[in-house]
Amino acid sequence: MTLEPGTGPDGAPTEPATPVADPITPQDLIVSASPHVHAGQDVPWIMRQVLLALLPGLLVGLWFFGLGALRVLVVAIAGCLACEWACARLVKRPATLRDYSAVVTGVLLAMNLPSGCPWWLVLIGSAVAIGLGKAVYGGLGYNPFNPALVARVFLLISFPVQMTTWVVPQGPGTALDAATGATPLGAIKEAVGLGRTVAEAGAPGLRDLLLGNVGGSFGEVSALALLLGGLWLLWRGVIRWQVPVAFMAVTALVTGVAHLADPAHHASPLVHLLGGGLMLGAWFMATDMVTSPVTRRGLLIFGAGCGLLTAVIRLWGGYPEGVSFAILLMNAATPLIDRWTRPRVFGEARQLYREADAA
Amino acid sequence: MAGMGRTFAQGLWRENPVFRLLLGMCPTLAVSTSVKNALGMGLATTFVLVCSNVMISALRNFIPRQVRIPGYVVVIASFVTVVDLVMHAYFFELHRSLGLFIPLIVVNCIILGRAEAFAGRNGVAVSLADGLGMGLGFTLGLSVLGSVREVLGSGSILGYPLFGPGYPPMLVMILPPGAFLTLGLLLAGMNRLEERRAIRAGEKYEPPREMDCGSCVLCKPLASLAPSPPAAQKSRNSSE
Repeated sequence: MTLEPGTGPDGAPTEPATPVADPITPQDLIVSASPHVHAGQDVPWIMRQVLLALLPGLLVGLWFFGLGALRVLVVAIAGCLACEWACARLVKRPATLRDYSAVVTGVLLAMNLPSGCPWWLVLIGSAVAIGLGKAVYGGLGYNPFNPALVARVFLLISFPVQMTTWVVPQGPGTALDAATGATPLGAIKEAVGLGRTVAEAGAPGLRDLLLGNVGGSFGEVSALALLLGGLWLLWRGVIRWQVPVAFMAVTALVTGVAHLADPAHHASPLVHLLGGGLMLGAWFMATDMVTSPVTRRGLLIFGAGCGLLTAVIRLWGGYPEGVSFAILLMNAATPLIDRWTRPRVFGEARQLYREADAA
Repeated sequence: MAGMGRTFAQGLWRENPVFRLLLGMCPTLAVSTSVKNALGMGLATTFVLVCSNVMISALRNFIPRQVRIPGYVVVIASFVTVVDLVMHAYFFELHRSLGLFIPLIVVNCIILGRAEAFAGRNGVAVSLADGLGMGLGFTLGLSVLGSVREVLGSGSILGYPLFGPGYPPMLVMILPPGAFLTLGLLLAGMNRLEERRAIRAGEKYEPPREMDCGSCVLCKPLASLAPSPPAAQKSRNSSE
């Protein structure tokens, strides 16, 4: 992360109105041990990689949901950029519009919304994502929760009707007032709730789940396209494998055990892996480097926790989908995981470290 | 008399229990879903606060110091019972919507806090002013919170619809997360006002203690926490 001079984590906007030169904060003076090799990564580069990786999923969503999806996408990106600018203006800090972070938040938020949702809902979501999800904590790098998911959950709780009215994918010609239907996971949950079996729910086949020809938030439908983007991020070294792998493995394990125990009422783990927002969440949102742990062991715990919570919410919770709740809950646990998994300095005695921890 | 006026005004703004002292958070967050609930809760608490402050101040030289807390609680509980029965008789709907939170006024820390910190050490008249100021300050805080939440969460104020039927209420605002969000944003706004006032007056502004990053230990490296402060060390050794 690049550090902006003059803005510490507790940098209250107490600077005089006309800053002559930014005062040197302790952050500017921290120098890590050599060798000083720069990986060439900075915030704009990382954000551009994420945008590139989101492209396949985005294009599939636009293909299946047409103009409605495009409208949601444009409003979300514009809203996030405007809020970012307004928030920076409010606390008199330089606006960070050019690092693409607000664009990424906007794209992720749009991909997490149903394509038929009204424009004001998208705008409220953008304001919540940037304002309540990021700016109140001090901006990019200081937010404990993933901003796009904060907005999604805020909207889901506030406007349950608009947020669960899913447009049926009809290809690029999909009209703005298209027919609506259920998501695969929603259909299964409803059928089981009515005492029917999974087979009677009429869930789409695996091919449709892979390609994205199903109902849902417009960016989450195609598991294949999202997986492609995730692998790109992995190859470029933007994300590490621990979170998505642990996330998907634990979800598959728990839903698999449930499926084996009662195949009539629990969908197969493949449906759980490919359906809903799991691919989008596991590859793009749980891997957010600001809100996930630092160490490899921490990332494994984090991913496994996300997977377990997702499976529990999907199988026994009130909502058919639990990915966003699971990731937010694990975001909250991230500082704790970081403390547990703090690596021991070479030569440091275990016993001493425990005592320091207890004190 | 000047002292009484100042004591009264202090509870309303400079030491507002909701926005400054952050006391009585449980009823504040739980019953501020609408202006009506907020006003009812605030006024009920004000009544108990004024009466208990007066009574405790009058009895302060008769209650032995060692048993003062149980003594205060008996006084407070008596007045809460009065409020509970009166509201049950004359404001049945309000009583039902506030539910458990009326008996819980007994454990509202503003009331016990004022008894301990103020009424137990000061005269009757000034304690009355303190109770009234703190109580109305609490009512004010609750009502501000309640109006924001009711307008956004139900699209109405005091039960009267503000917008047309097309307005989709933002449900989260009348659910628990809405209480925390609204309170947090109002507190931030209060601090901003204080900061501007301090800058205008040419003073140095300091954010309230324990509300900045310097007092939070979550993301600090463990090494910086290891040497415990001398005071804590001493108290631990003496207790062993």
